[in-house]
Amino acid sequence: MSEILSVHNIETYYDLIYAVRGVSFSLTEGEITTILGTNGAGKSTILKTIMGLIDDQPEKGVIQFEGKKINHKDTEKIVKMGISYVPEGRQVFEELTVMENLQMGAYLRRDRGGINKDIQRIYDYFPILKEREKQWAGTLSGGEQQMLAISRALMSKPKLLFLDEPSLGLSPLLVKEIFEIIKLINQEGVTILLVEQNANMALGIAKKGLILESGRFVLNGSSKELLKNKDVQEFYLGIKTEVATKGYQRWKRKKSWR
Amino acid sequence: MTDFLLVLASGITAGSSYALMGLAMVIIYKTSGVVNFAQGEMGLISAYITFMMLDYYGFGYLATFFWAFVFALFLGALMEFAILRRAKDPSVLGLMIITIGLEMILLGLVSWKFGADPKDMPFPISPFESIELVENIYISVLEVLTIGVATAVMLILFLFFRFSKLGVAMKAVQQNPMAAKLMGISTNRVLMITWSISSFVGALAALLIAPANMGPFMMWDPLLKGFAAAVMGGMTSLGGAVVGAYIVGIIENFFGTFISIEFKSVVAFSIIVIMLCVKPSGLFGRHYVKKV
Ligand SMILES: Nc1ncnc2c1ncn2[C@@H]1O[C@H](COP(=O)(O)OP(=O)(O)OP(=O)(O)O)[C@@H](O)[C@H]1O
Ligand SMILES: [Mg+2]
Repeated sequence: MSEILSVHNIETYYDLIYAVRGVSFSLTEGEITTILGTNGAGKSTILKTIMGLIDDQPEKGVIQFEGKKINHKDTEKIVKMGISYVPEGRQVFEELTVMENLQMGAYLRRDRGGINKDIQRIYDYFPILKEREKQWAGTLSGGEQQMLAISRALMSKPKLLFLDEPSLGLSPLLVKEIFEIIKLINQEGVTILLVEQNANMALGIAKKGLILESGRFVLNGSSKELLKNKDVQEFYLGIKTEVATKGYQRWKRKKSWR
Repeated sequence: MTDFLLVLASGITAGSSYALMGLAMVIIYKTSGVVNFAQGEMGLISAYITFMMLDYYGFGYLATFFWAFVFALFLGALMEFAILRRAKDPSVLGLMIITIGLEMILLGLVSWKFGADPKDMPFPISPFESIELVENIYISVLEVLTIGVATAVMLILFLFFRFSKLGVAMKAVQQNPMAAKLMGISTNRVLMITWSISSFVGALAALLIAPANMGPFMMWDPLLKGFAAAVMGGMTSLGGAVVGAYIVGIIENFFGTFISIEFKSVVAFSIIVIMLCVKPSGLFGRHYVKKV
């Protein structure tokens, strides 16, 4: 299995805020990898840095996609190379219809027939989107918007898909459904990098996991190993932890990780 | 009755050039959220280039109009590429102030090169030629042309934003520039094209105004009225801007005829203020309210 993306020692700043502090990892083609971490750990920042969405960043480090360096490339170019990103908070085009949102997802494609076929396939995944086809995306429910955001990202036929907290704000049932779809997408050959708070679900479908704290990876391994790891169990899976003392315990443990 | 129809007719013709200006402003606002105060002066420059080619160098009409429109497209692209894009960490307010600065520079250029005196713009249609619509109601051929052009532009723009991929992409860029980039849309290029199209529409307006009234300040009034029209339509609606333009044109003509000619121009200002206070989303605002 070959490496599709490799990130080597990147550092990202928001002006003076040092958000990503030397992060390295690589993704194997065809696998699902997950990044877990608490709020503000820098998960989204890593994805945005790779997508070239933060001006003049990364400050240091190298990002390679299929062996080609992509640091400081325009986002449009990176998308064209085959990476697609479903951003945190969906970011659908609120005053475009569901259909137009999907068409924008296929902006770089010229094959009309193929585009229509892919839209049909998406409607098979998410029948509700077909029903809402002519409705403004902003009028969809949060869950429907998430489905649309994922679908839209798939319309560019990416080789690599980034998902930033797809489960955020969704009912448990819907989360399950979305994760099933993610698995399906992966089975069709798309490599996936999944950023999540829902560690249980994420490790359930991912092959490997990385754990991020304050801009650094503190742990990585196969999902199986991580699920057995005491720290992970305690902080991310909520095992053996009483709610009232969680905050205190977490802080102590975190220190021992560094 | 004749009076009434006459005033109505002049309201509609005035409304047509306001509509073109309003449309030009809406196009830029729709994609970038910026009110382009240099819109009028961009058209002004195009009109003076046309004047120069016809009057100084004796080019034919066809060649002149062709090059004038090419110039207008280029000017729009240049404004975006060379000036607005260079703004570091731009805020919408900062960009608007830039457009005000541009407005003054362009106006200064025209006054310096051509002087402040009114000019006679050669034009294939004389502004004094009229046709009788109904009994005793005359309308100039130039006015008919203006109404026709405004209608055609409106229709084309409507179809463009509704059905063309580029048109939809323009709306996407305005609604969410980051997401647009993630679709592979080159937001910079889209913005540049937007400015080109808008400059073209503004130049059309200026060229239709020039034969009747040409001078460095000829675009002030249409710009203000066009802006009022755009505000009435909620700034993002093409149809709204057009309806707004005709309402402004008609109201101000009735006001000017029956109430007070001196305060005719105040009508547009009042409309802007009232709309912004009472219903900033415009007459037909159906802006979907963001969920927080
Ligand atoms: N635009 C920004 N400007 C300044 N600081 C930012 C910006 N975006 C993020 N940060 C900071 O960078 C750090 C990492 O943020 P990031 O959004 O990457 O966290 P995250 O791991 O995705 O968290 P969450 O799970 O809450 O989404 C945080 O401390 C945050 O405050
Ligand atoms: Mg995040």
